[in-house]
Amino acid sequence: MATVASAHDTETVALARADARAQGGRVADAMPYLPASSTPYPPAGVDKGKLTWAETVAGGNYTHQVVARGTRIRLTDVTGEACAHVLLYNVLEPWERLNVADTVKIPWQAYLTTGHPLLSGDGRVLATIVADDSGQHDAFCGTTTAAAGRAKYGDSAPQGPSPSGRELFTLAAAKHGLTGRDLPPSVSFFKGVRVAQDGSLEFTGSAGPGKSVDLLAELPLIVLIANVPHPADPRPAYTCGPLRLHAWRSVPTDPADPRLDASPEARRAYLNTAGYLAARGL
Amino acid sequence: MRSLETILDPASYADGTVLDLAGPLAGGALILDEIVPPRAPWSTVVEQGEILTIVDVGGNQSADCLLYNARDTAERYSVPDTIAWSGNIYVRTGTVLRSNEGNPLATVVANETDRQDTIGGACGKESNTLRYGHHTMSEHGCRENFLAEAAKYGMGARDLVSNLNWFMNVPVEADGTLGIVDGISGPGKRVAFRAEMDILVLVSNCPQMNNPCNDFNPTPLRMIVTAGPA
Repeated sequence: MATVASAHDTETVALARADARAQGGRVADAMPYLPASSTPYPPAGVDKGKLTWAETVAGGNYTHQVVARGTRIRLTDVTGEACAHVLLYNVLEPWERLNVADTVKIPWQAYLTTGHPLLSGDGRVLATIVADDSGQHDAFCGTTTAAAGRAKYGDSAPQGPSPSGRELFTLAAAKHGLTGRDLPPSVSFFKGVRVAQDGSLEFTGSAGPGKSVDLLAELPLIVLIANVPHPADPRPAYTCGPLRLHAWRSVPTDPADPRLDASPEARRAYLNTAGYLAARGL
Repeated sequence: MRSLETILDPASYADGTVLDLAGPLAGGALILDEIVPPRAPWSTVVEQGEILTIVDVGGNQSADCLLYNARDTAERYSVPDTIAWSGNIYVRTGTVLRSNEGNPLATVVANETDRQDTIGGACGKESNTLRYGHHTMSEHGCRENFLAEAAKYGMGARDLVSNLNWFMNVPVEADGTLGIVDGISGPGKRVAFRAEMDILVLVSNCPQMNNPCNDFNPTPLRMIVTAGPA
């Protein structure tokens, strides 16, 4: 009987080893690029030697990384069908994490775009959105649950065709010692939602292919990203495209930045962050 | 600790304060009837089918609220799941308050204000420094209340998530501008929700004095649990 195994000659350890090693060097549409400078898609204007993370994340998959303060992370929606659900934690004290309510309340603005700080519940900035040519993002709907995935797509399991965001976050979190208690509401990029006067939500979808958002780490962070359809995506089919990610060494926000003259709340958040790090000797 | 008599004396509050204790919004046997003093935390377990009525005794007093599956607190209230399933950012009669697993924790069965908030989150010492200045650091906040009350159940900072704010008013304008504005509740206004499973309810009677979420005049809340329809 012909099987997949028949394509492999793995009868002995030596043959199995040779077979395994012959697989190295292959290329997939979605994969990390190591070293990061070897990325086939280097971001324009960025010194390749400063790249610290380069990866393409498949639709329905996830990634995670610990990044240094001052790391600039570019998320790119390759086909216009990605939706990057993001959670951030202070790696020094991971019970400090993204607080979506404070992220919209404190800057007096619900819609995320360039200049918006992503705040923790402890009065500090975890990251700043420093570039955005999409403008289609969401801080209201979070990610999908198993219950929502089963109701909409018939399946939500990570090993199935339509993983839910929460189940992927659970796996990503576990790889940093975090559990379900550590998964607060998330924000998502590349699929927009707007609020009508009566409070109802309108799904405004994608800004199209090739759009990017840059996040600047203001603390050393655990970054969890699930690339799954937006909870309010009305399409009955599970539709999610690849998410490209590049990160490089950059410079954290200076609390004295004149841009913050118009954002006294944000300025105090950067001051708190700088004070916290100074007290720790960082 | 102030006496209940003092807590329920209008003279304890800003001039012109009216206190209306109202009563339960739902029928059935009375299971619990308690007053939460201004600025204080509170909690109870409401069993499946029972109804919790919260009375805004002094009017426009934010009751910050978190819900947990009482048998497994890793399952807890989720703002985004509640919003995504209902398709609306405001909480009204009929809104199902969902967990982080998408399950119904409770359903709002009666509501005497136009809408209730679930996007404004909780105040705290640290976030107050961002919102109003570092001079506010010595003021008490809802996050402190939540941490103190959660600790009674073995929970901590990892267990605090975005919450409900009964009787708080947070409009979102067309350009996304949002914020806490003057309330639309009043003395004796109520909201009631039915537990869809056994739920642990944490409440912070909000102590905030820098925005209108408490009319700059923190007042008591009345919490009434009834058995609900037979």
